[in-house]
Parts: sequence; C-alpha cells; structure tokens
Amino acid sequence: MQRREDDFSERRAHLQKLSDEELKARFWSLTQQLVDPLLEMGKENTTPAIERSVLLRMGFSSLEAKAIVNGCMERGVLGHGAGNVVYRYAKQNGLEIREAGLELLVPEHLDEAAALFGGAK
Amino acid sequence: MSEYRLPPDENIDIAKIMEDLEHYRPRRRGWTWREPAPDLHMGPFTYHDCSKPLKDGVPLPPAHNFENADPQPMPVITTEIASGRFEDDIRRMRMAAHHGADHIMVIRTSGQSHFDGLIEGTPQGIGGVPISRKQVRAQRKALDLIEDEVGRPINYHSYVSGVAGPDIAVMFAEEGVNGCHQDPQYNVIYRNINMVRSFVDACESKRLIAWAGMAQIDGAHNANATARDAWKVMPELMVQHAINALFSFEAGVPKGNICLSTVPPTATPGPCVYMDLPYAVALRRLFAGYRMRAQMNTKYIESSTREATVTHVLNMLISKLTSADIQSTITPDEGRNVPWHIYNIEACDTAKQTLVGLDGLMEMVELKSKGYLEEKARELTERAVLFLEEMLEQGGYFAAVESGMFVDSGLFPERNGDGIARNTDGGVGAGTVIKREPDYMAPVTAHYGCNNVAQYGGDPADPAALIGGCTLEKPEKIVYIDELDEEDNVYLRMETVQEFAQPHAKKIRPEMEWLADGTVLLTLCFPSERKIAEAAAVECARRMGLKEIAVISREVLHRAEGTRIELKGKVDFSIDVDSLTVPEEPDVMSDEELRGAVQDRPLRIVCGTIGEDEHSVGLREIIDIKHGGIEKYGIEVHYLGTSVPPEKLVGAAIELNADAMLASVIISHDDIHYKNIARIDRIAREMGVRDKLIFVAGGTQVENEQAKKAGADAGFGRGTHGNQVATFLVEERERRESKL
Repeated sequence: MQRREDDFSERRAHLQKLSDEELKARFWSLTQQLVDPLLEMGKENTTPAIERSVLLRMGFSSLEAKAIVNGCMERGVLGHGAGNVVYRYAKQNGLEIREAGLELLVPEHLDEAAALFGGAK
Repeated sequence: MSEYRLPPDENIDIAKIMEDLEHYRPRRRGWTWREPAPDLHMGPFTYHDCSKPLKDGVPLPPAHNFENADPQPMPVITTEIASGRFEDDIRRMRMAAHHGADHIMVIRTSGQSHFDGLIEGTPQGIGGVPISRKQVRAQRKALDLIEDEVGRPINYHSYVSGVAGPDIAVMFAEEGVNGCHQDPQYNVIYRNINMVRSFVDACESKRLIAWAGMAQIDGAHNANATARDAWKVMPELMVQHAINALFSFEAGVPKGNICLSTVPPTATPGPCVYMDLPYAVALRRLFAGYRMRAQMNTKYIESSTREATVTHVLNMLISKLTSADIQSTITPDEGRNVPWHIYNIEACDTAKQTLVGLDGLMEMVELKSKGYLEEKARELTERAVLFLEEMLEQGGYFAAVESGMFVDSGLFPERNGDGIARNTDGGVGAGTVIKREPDYMAPVTAHYGCNNVAQYGGDPADPAALIGGCTLEKPEKIVYIDELDEEDNVYLRMETVQEFAQPHAKKIRPEMEWLADGTVLLTLCFPSERKIAEAAAVECARRMGLKEIAVISREVLHRAEGTRIELKGKVDFSIDVDSLTVPEEPDVMSDEELRGAVQDRPLRIVCGTIGEDEHSVGLREIIDIKHGGIEKYGIEVHYLGTSVPPEKLVGAAIELNADAMLASVIISHDDIHYKNIARIDRIAREMGVRDKLIFVAGGTQVENEQAKKAGADAGFGRGTHGNQVATFLVEERERRESKL
C-alpha cells in the first residue's frame, strides 16, 4: 500500500457516535461480509489435499492417496471427487473399495475409471 | 496393546514405546481443560483460582518450606518441544508434565509447510520434527503413560497448515491429537501458499478439527513477531483473529474450541504493560465466547534468559489482569538456540510460579472503567473496524492481501508501504484449486460442503455408511506406514547412542537436547571489554577440552570492567556409571531413636552464627523445635545469637559444660567460613577442650570434607535437616566413647 499518514481522527468520524456494543456489532458484521465468500468458495471447489484427505479416510495410505489423486488430476476428473472415482470404479467392477483403489494405482485402470466420468482415456 | 507402564523412578524406555505402534489406538479424542479446585488447601495455604493438583510432580524449589505444596494454576500450560528428534522429545515431555505442562506443542520441521502430502516414517528434522503418523503415534502413546503418572490429561498438539493441511487434519483426527494450529492466513502471509488453495483447504481441515473436538489456535501472533514495530499491528491482529475465528465457527468449530493466539505486543524497555493492557482488554471484549491462548512475546527476545524470563512474567501479569485459557510458555533460550530441556522446564516453572504467585489477585484489584485504559481499548477497536472497512472497499480478503494491507508497520490507518503482498494467482500450490462438478462426491465423515452421496443412495447425514464407514468410525481401516527411508530413521539414530540408552544405561554423558549430545553450557566473567572477553572465553573452553564451541550470549557489565559470556560446547567423553563414587544419602536415625538416645543421656549444645554476620535463619531451622529442629529430640540448646566471636562460642561451651558446639558460618567470601572453622578448632585446642567437645559447622556453602579439613568434626550444607545434625551428635558421642 501507499504510505499514508495516520488519519484516524478524520476517518473515525462515523464511528464516534456508536456505542461500544454497536461498534462491536459492526466489527462482526464486517468480518462476516469478508468470510462469507471464502466459505462459499470452499463449497464450490476442491484441491488435491482435500481429495487425498478423502482417500485417507476411505482407508488408503498417504502414498496410495497421493498417486490416485495425482492420476485423477492428470486425467481432469478430480472435480468429481477422488472418492467418487474410486467408488464408481469399485461398483462398476464389483470390487471392494480398497481393492478398487489399489487397482487404480495402475495407470490403465485409472484411465478406465476416468472414462466413467467422461475423462481422458 | 502394550502392557508397558512407567516405573516412577526409572527413565522411560523409548524402545518399549516404539514397540507395536502399528496397533496403537488413542484412548480419547478432543481437548481437555483443567478442572477447577475452588478453595484448594495445600500445605499451609488456601488458593483461590487454582486447578486440581497433580498426582505426581516436581514442585517449585522453595516448596519444601510449605509441605511440598505444588498448586497448579487454572490455565492450561503449554510447552513447545521439538528438537528434531522426536524420540528425545518424549523424555522432555515427561519432565515438562511433571513441572505442570498439560499442553505439549510439537513444532514442525522447517519446510514441512511446502511438502504436498503426509511425511511418513521418522526422519530427523531441523528446528522441529517432521510430523508423521508414526512420530505422532509414538508421542501420543508415551503421553498416555505420562498422563497416568501425573494424574492429569495431557493435550498433544501440532500444526494443520501448509499445502497438506487436510491430509494432516485427517491424520490428527485419527491419531487422537488434541489441539492444532490452523489459520489459512498463516499459509498466505508467512508461507506464500496460494491464497485460494489455503482457504479452500482450510474449510476441510476445520471440519475435521471440529469432528475431533480439537482446540484450534490461530496464527495471528506471527504478525506480531514479523512486523517491524510489533506494537503497531494491534488493529490488524484483531482483524486476523476475527477472520479466522468467524471462518472456523462457520465451518463448524465450536467457539469454545477456537483459541486466539494473542501476544502482548511490546516488551521492555518499552512501557509494555501500559501499551499491552488496553489491547488485551479490547480483544477479550470483542471476542467474548472465544478462548484466549496467551502467547509470550518472542519478537524482542534476546540472548539473556533472565531478561526473557522477566518479559514473560510481565506477559503473564497481562494474562492475570484479563484472562487466559491457555498460557503458553516460550523458553527463555529461544533467542539463542533451539530450546534445550532445561529451558522448557524453566519456562513451565516460570508460568506456574507467576500464576500461582498472582493467585486471587482479581479478588483485590479491578481494572478502571474510565480513563486511559477504556479510551485506548476503544481506539484500538475503532482502528480495527476501519481496517475491516478498507478491506471491503478493496474488494474483500484477497484484494486486501494483494494490496499489501497486512503486516504493514504503520498503526492503521497509518501505512508505511512495507506490508506483505501476495498475488491471488501466485504462491505455492497456485492453479490447484478445482471446481467441484455437479456430481462431486466424498463418502466420508467430516467433509466440508455437499458430500453428494445421495446420488448413490447414501445418507447425506452419514456419508461414510456408503463405504461401510471410514477410518474415523473404523480405525482398523487406517493404513500404517512404518518407515520409508532406510538411512534416516529412529532406529539408526537410537543405534548410534545405544550404550547411553535408558533405563539402566552403563554410560552417561551431559545432554541438552539429544541423548548423549555432550552439550554443556558455561558461564564466564572476564574483567575486560566484550571482544577480548569473547575470545578469552572461547580459548578457555578450548583448553577445557570442549568441542564445537560457540558463544551464545554476551552481556556488558561495564564497557571496560567486565563482560559476562555464556558459551556452549561439547564433550566427547562418556562416563562409566559404575565407576562413579556416589555419596551416600545422609544416615539418619528415626525420631524415636533420637529421642530415646537423648533421654537416656542428655545432650547439651551451644550454638551461634559466627563472625560479623547477622543471619540466623539457617541455624534456627536446625535448632528450633517449631522448624523440626534438634530441640524436639530433647537436646538442650543454648543459642548465643548472631555475630558471635569464636572465642565466645568456645568460652560458653566450657562455662555451660556443653557436649557440643554448633557454628553457623554463612559468609563464604574469600573462604572466611572455613577460616572461622579453623579458628574455633584452634581456640578449643588451646584451651584444652577440643577432645571433650563435638564441633559441628553449618552454612549454605559448607561442604563436609572441607569443613573437616578445616577442623570441624562435621560440616552440613544447604538442605540439611535437624535430624541429620542430631544423628551426627548422638553417633559421634558414641564413637568417641567407644574409643576411650
């Protein structure tokens, strides 16, 4: 930011009349306005770390989770959820979740799984 | 599960902790606060705001005067431990817990923030520990044993930050970690991790933190440590706290688990309480319902441990005058090395001592509701509101960071143009945020946003049921990795110090952080200016045979007259434990035996403090019946007072036909204490009564062998009790008679 002198006494004019409670309410309502879009963004998006965390919870090791997520990224299907990719592949092939995930460590199988989401084959 | 339990007087067996980690499961989840103990009676005192005492612990040094009372203050006390070797940190955790720490915070190795995934195994860290599942599991397992020993739950804590935040949050939830740092702003500002990635990741991490009942600490204290003039970032600190607090609350973390990491921003020689207190008041008002984690000032910490300790005591005065749910401690040596064992313990004791010393303070004083304190608190709040207004004017959080609003050294709205600016499209992990597709699905517990399992017939309220439960319900699904690196792991490290491994080690070596590291600390004072003193200190250490010598602190006593130097170095020898001559514990007769012996044959003594010395406390402890002194065994005591000339002591012994003389010799300058002992001995010989009179000397600097050399029959130093002196008198009388 540009250098700026302390203009607190002018800038605060509109706050001066507020009671302590009103000032506090203003502090929190402004904060709410700042965090709302950030929270919304979290609902609309995902990341490799989130998807790895989903796979960890589904019973994969950190190494397996990383390989599957990177594979999904490369194939453009991470937006469906890595857990979704594993789940759908398992259903399609009548496999347990863990078995399915381990198969997806083989690139060809991951291609097949990606195809279930219209991803690169 | 392992059957291993900690023997109270034995070292912890790290090898046993490492056994069968694969099957270890944490015994509980979530954070634990201390239990209040209103009107606690301990020793001769009543305490007003202390918590339930420990089952076993090490009290403060003067506690023996107060029936070993060891009151525990109300706030949870944190100690930060991370030497780079988690196996050695476990031993430090046990020491800290016995000194009152119930929040063990493990610092991560440098660079872990940028590691995209979980670290596995047990590689050695730098300035911290690589936080891996194995390492966390081993430490949590050890803490289970330690908490049984001290009788209080111990919270285990590390960091959910960096580009692998959600991965780590899952691992922590699975492994029973009780608290964590989580603040996306920390990633953005201090780790240059992409802003969008940080906030999106944080949503998921916070859901997991909420599920696991962890206490969460924010990262705002870093602004304080980073800004050029730390006291000017106060309005921004309030904003940073607010963003993370509200963001976490909205993501599902209960307010009672959201802790603000707040630091009194200033330090002496600034008028720090005057500046820090209004800020502390403003913060606690604005954030009512949230928790306060009172951190200590690190920004201005220098290499003097004394100076750092005083700063930290002043910080705790602020805690006491306002509030603290968690009282953090910073080791006083943080300004000069990666903290050592002894300083973790000092810091815990400083916190316990200060907070207990200030027990009940707020029953007697209150903060003024008019005047400077109120006005300043209001001004800071207004400045924070203006900060938020400008952020919104800029276009929101990302735009505000892009414009460099954060960590500017001007007191907002003043700006110095030196803030840390980040690009929304830049930083580590840029371009890795992916839009969720309409059919996006995550069949797991504690997932942020829509899990979308309904598309497969799942229950959105129990998404993991779709896959028969996830690791959070079924920990047996967790895949445990032991080691990945054959050259860098705990087994190899432990092998290199095998002969020093406790318990029952045959060899021993001084240690500051790692087993057998050989590190020693020397304090030296030279009558010279600083540069010569420093060079002389190094030369001194070299001639003493130390290796890897480094000066770690220098303080000017006077430009020319004196410099105090502290240096560290290493010894490379080891000591054979069996070769040591360990002095025997003082041989003490029971109270009944002593009473009986004196009843059968009365004992009369004369005593006094010798020389030009008005101290009487030590001697009174030894003689007075009310201090458990020798009078209680029926010994007839003639107390001559203080500043007694040696001639008078001997004279009185003759006149009263005493059996013994007790001389208290406190002043030790120029060995005057031993000179006085020699004088008494000589006078008694000259007067021909030495053989008849038992002569005992005592004082804080008196050492038995040297006292005997000077002419006494025995010398008693610091920590002596009346029963030891009485035992000596009774036994010495018998010894002399048997010789006749």
